[in-house]
Amino acid sequence: MKKNTEIMINVLLIALLLAVLFILERTIPSTSMLFTVLKKGAIYALVAVSMNLLNGFTGLFSLGQAGFMLVGAYTYGILTIPVDQRPNVYMYFEGGIVQFALHPVIAILLAGVAAGIFAYLIGLPVLRLKSDYLAIATLGFAEIIRAFFQWDKLGPLTNGSNLLRSYPSYKSVLFYFIFSGICIALIVMLINSTYGRAFKAIRDDEVAAEAMGINLAHHKRIAFVVSSYFAGVSGALLAMYQTSIQASMFKSAMTYEILLIVVIGGIGSVTGSCISSFLFIILSEWVLRFLDNTTYIGSFQVPLLRSGFRKVVFSVIIMVIVLFFRQGIMGTREFSVSALLGKKKKAKGGEQ
Amino acid sequence: MSWLSRNLPYLMAGISVGGQYALIAIGYTMVYGILRLINFAHGDIFMVAGLIMVYASTVMPIYLSIPLVLILTVVIGFTVERVAYKPLRSAPRMSVMISAIGVSYLLQNLALYITGGLAQQYPAIPWISDTITVFGVTTKRVTVITPPLVILLVVLLVLLIQKTKIGMAMRAASKDFETSQLMGIRINSVISMTFVIGSFLAAVGSLLFFSNYTGVTPTVGAMPGLKAFVAAVFGGIGSIPGAVIGAFIIGISENIIKGLGWTTFSDAFTFALLIVVLIFKPTGLFGEAAADKV
Amino acid sequence: MGETVLKVENVTMQFGGVVAVDNLNLEVNRGEIVSLIGPNGAGKTTAFNVITGVYPPTNGCVSFNGKVIVENFPKGKMKKIYMGDPVAVRSQTVQPTPDKITRLGIARTFQNIRLFKSQTVFENILIAEHMRRTSNLLTATLHLNGEEERRMRTEADELLHILELDDVRDEMATSLPYGKQRRLEIARALATKPSLLLLDEPAAGMNPQETDELTAFIGRIRDDFKLTIFMIEHHMDLVMEISDRIYVLDFGRLISQGTPDVVQNDPRVISAYLGVQEDE
Repeated sequence: MKKNTEIMINVLLIALLLAVLFILERTIPSTSMLFTVLKKGAIYALVAVSMNLLNGFTGLFSLGQAGFMLVGAYTYGILTIPVDQRPNVYMYFEGGIVQFALHPVIAILLAGVAAGIFAYLIGLPVLRLKSDYLAIATLGFAEIIRAFFQWDKLGPLTNGSNLLRSYPSYKSVLFYFIFSGICIALIVMLINSTYGRAFKAIRDDEVAAEAMGINLAHHKRIAFVVSSYFAGVSGALLAMYQTSIQASMFKSAMTYEILLIVVIGGIGSVTGSCISSFLFIILSEWVLRFLDNTTYIGSFQVPLLRSGFRKVVFSVIIMVIVLFFRQGIMGTREFSVSALLGKKKKAKGGEQ
Repeated sequence: MSWLSRNLPYLMAGISVGGQYALIAIGYTMVYGILRLINFAHGDIFMVAGLIMVYASTVMPIYLSIPLVLILTVVIGFTVERVAYKPLRSAPRMSVMISAIGVSYLLQNLALYITGGLAQQYPAIPWISDTITVFGVTTKRVTVITPPLVILLVVLLVLLIQKTKIGMAMRAASKDFETSQLMGIRINSVISMTFVIGSFLAAVGSLLFFSNYTGVTPTVGAMPGLKAFVAAVFGGIGSIPGAVIGAFIIGISENIIKGLGWTTFSDAFTFALLIVVLIFKPTGLFGEAAADKV
Repeated sequence: MGETVLKVENVTMQFGGVVAVDNLNLEVNRGEIVSLIGPNGAGKTTAFNVITGVYPPTNGCVSFNGKVIVENFPKGKMKKIYMGDPVAVRSQTVQPTPDKITRLGIARTFQNIRLFKSQTVFENILIAEHMRRTSNLLTATLHLNGEEERRMRTEADELLHILELDDVRDEMATSLPYGKQRRLEIARALATKPSLLLLDEPAAGMNPQETDELTAFIGRIRDDFKLTIFMIEHHMDLVMEISDRIYVLDFGRLISQGTPDVVQNDPRVISAYLGVQEDE
């Protein structure tokens, strides 16, 4: 029964959160920085959790996330640009070869499917590799995907290295929260299922996991494809949020950022990834903005403050976390209402 | 003959850039050999060496700024290891790799801050940057002097590793990290030495590389860095001759691909090569196989 | 004596030019406890790894309940440097992954304990239930397999109870004392419901009292779970006490076999093995 009350409290909290967002949207001008932060935070939370599913829960050190986001973003753009806009967007490719437009939600789901298919194919060779070799191979594949999408021979489909734009997008922050929230909930449910237990077994000890009857290849593939599916979905959401996309956005630096979000939140903690995504976005897009502005106090120019300083401070913070707080914010624990109230501590071994 | 004269520029550029990759690749392969760490920040050290040259040359003559670049780069490489990798010696390998990615992120953002995001013009180094004509192809002298210089440095390095005491310690450490410690090898100085050599060669590589491709941007190190890493894997990670040969092969191949008009795929080719090598011959051309103990 | 459960025929395992196991032949019958002994580096664990599918052998065949489960012959580069018995070369390749072999009913433990570190005792046991799932990714994720999930948990709890580990159910596996970790590893292997259990040095690092307890424990689970047990062990008291038969390996070769009495008095064993035995 205790479990049921906990679920009730969580449902109430979520309802409350959505209600607050709903009211905010009606009271604060939509150009407010708050909404930028919330939307981007929700998108990054999803991709960070999807990366955590691989790196934190299955022990597969993959650095391909940006590549799968790219596939998702492009799939979304290609499938939703209204037919009458296509001659404009695909101006160098006679309007492109796709001459239909799908409903955005369907396109987002297909964006995930496309990323999942890419992941399946890439996984066939690379999932046999171990730790750092897997990292470098997935990073390499992400680069190949990027080159492939920019290839002018594929221009009629991808618009080559030109922008994709004019596709429809939802403006409400609620949409991003609900969509990303459902996806994260699905990942959590997967982690808590018997498959999730198998993933954790593989993370802890591959040889022992195999001896327990877990098929390594099969389960690694599932984790890789599912993670990429959600990376694709988040890519589609990112495309929607940004209203235009270009392959050159999805560089390995993007994967590094997501990885660092996961590390800050705690490798192996879903709530950690979510919290740290919002923190990351709030700090980088909002709070630390002042560091980028040349500031005068009276006639005294505050030293160091100018464009780019924010990112330097930011990277130093990250290095401090990586070096001295290796557990990140949450370690492998999860944030929960009951833990907060101190009723029942479900913390699982902080040290690793 | 017309085919040759048409493709000779690409071939020469390939050999030259291959040599520059080789100098970076040695840093990767030596560090990996001992620490089993992909030093993601190595490419950025190379970039920083380029930036130091840009700023140094504005305040002092070239003949002073070149040694300064070499010294400062070595100091930075040494410091990075001491600050970001040494504290994690007993941590899981993944943590060290994440730290390396963090350093790379930091160096790139620092460079972004200092340069203001604008590409910096690399100074012309007298003699090296002069234009010459070889076999009817107009090029910079650096293209021609890179291969012999690389070979000279590699020979010196191999001699260092084979003949000196510190070289012997390095070989021991890369064979078996723990045991070599038990045998009284001061592992920290061996590792520092590895980073010093790696950074020095990266600095030399940057002098040659930027004499040809003169724009220094904060992310300019990432691609050559990754390619040099691929070269190291291709040659068999841990093997210095392997890294050098791998680097030449990659440099030449990517320039031939550019010559064929497939520029978009010249970077992708490198990674495709990496993946093929990892799948079919994970130990590379000259690597030694190691079986996992169960 | 029951029918043959495990049969190893002409197994040779060669790493490059090093022959770790040389033309090994052995049989284990239903209900027996059979030990494989030999000095360090004799190739015992390698033999286990071949049987459980961790490495494909260079040559040879392993069958389980009369069915071939692992078979291989030298090919490629190995063909040239193969140093095993040329007459015994097999002709087909059967190369399952270790998880398939576990699902056939062969479970194992490891010489260096390999528990799932970040998980509790209960979770360590529960993982074995995964291979008997009937749910798929979708139904499991959406938690539509409530019935199955309950069964998995009940079975895991029952096993913990039988093996007297229920008092540490929610402890982290790695926080247990050493002896209990060993026992948990055996429990985890039992959770896969094997008919043949391979134990790789179950008493390693144990004191005499713990070893005695373990001896009783192994005898008990053999009877309770109707098991056949094949184990590698260095503690001679344990081996001599519970083994029905013993195989002795030295430098990858079988040098003696038989009942504890026979092996104990075999001069080859005494000179090759007991003579160099280290006091553990």
